[in-house]
Amino acid sequence: MSLRSPLAIVLGRGAAGEGAAHWWAQRASALALVPLTLWFLLALSRLPLDDYAAVTLWMGSGTHPLWLALLLVMLCVHSRLGVQVVIEDYVHGVAPKFTALLLNSAAHLLLAAAGLYAVLRVAMRGLA
Amino acid sequence: MALSILHRMSGLLLALGLCALVYWLSSAATGEAAYGRAAALMRGNWFRALLFAWLASFCFHFLNGLRHLAWDAGYGLERVHARRSGRLVVVLALAAFLIAAWVLFWPRAGAP
Repeated sequence: MSLRSPLAIVLGRGAAGEGAAHWWAQRASALALVPLTLWFLLALSRLPLDDYAAVTLWMGSGTHPLWLALLLVMLCVHSRLGVQVVIEDYVHGVAPKFTALLLNSAAHLLLAAAGLYAVLRVAMRGLA
Repeated sequence: MALSILHRMSGLLLALGLCALVYWLSSAATGEAAYGRAAALMRGNWFRALLFAWLASFCFHFLNGLRHLAWDAGYGLERVHARRSGRLVVVLALAAFLIAAWVLFWPRAGAP
């Protein structure tokens, strides 16, 4: 016997009203971040981090801007979903919760845009 | 149980680390002077402590995240298995943190 109402079964959505999209996105971004974060940490360990020319050359060369962009997008997606769950669990009351969720989304969108803009600027410098 | 709240706390710390990553990338895009300021900040004691905290958080969150993915795939859900994999994650995270900290922060040309 199913405990779900006929309407819920027809709509195919869970109690949160948004189906499994959040759950899947959190897992998919986690999987994507496994190789991306390892690649980034390995690269950091080899870079002379106080050498501006060497760092920007690395950031802009070959496929590095592509992987950096993917890393940033996946980090922001994963981080936004994770912080969202924490807000949903610990911030009570409709108005505070809604405000916190909105701020969370806005902050992560801003981080993604700023990060991508920075990577793009360094990559374009190499082409000029 | 305890690892579940640690997963959240390390995740929140890493969200702050994401801000630092974007600041670092932006400083590189802005120019040599801005990058120099970011690099000098990273060498400071307070920021150095944060970098270690982020590295430790990453090691734990990464490995415990793999454990969560295995659970989602239906593996290791038995209580004994979950307890055992939990202990394994703590030990491996500690080892990974020590090795990564040694590789990343050992005095070398341009180490943070």
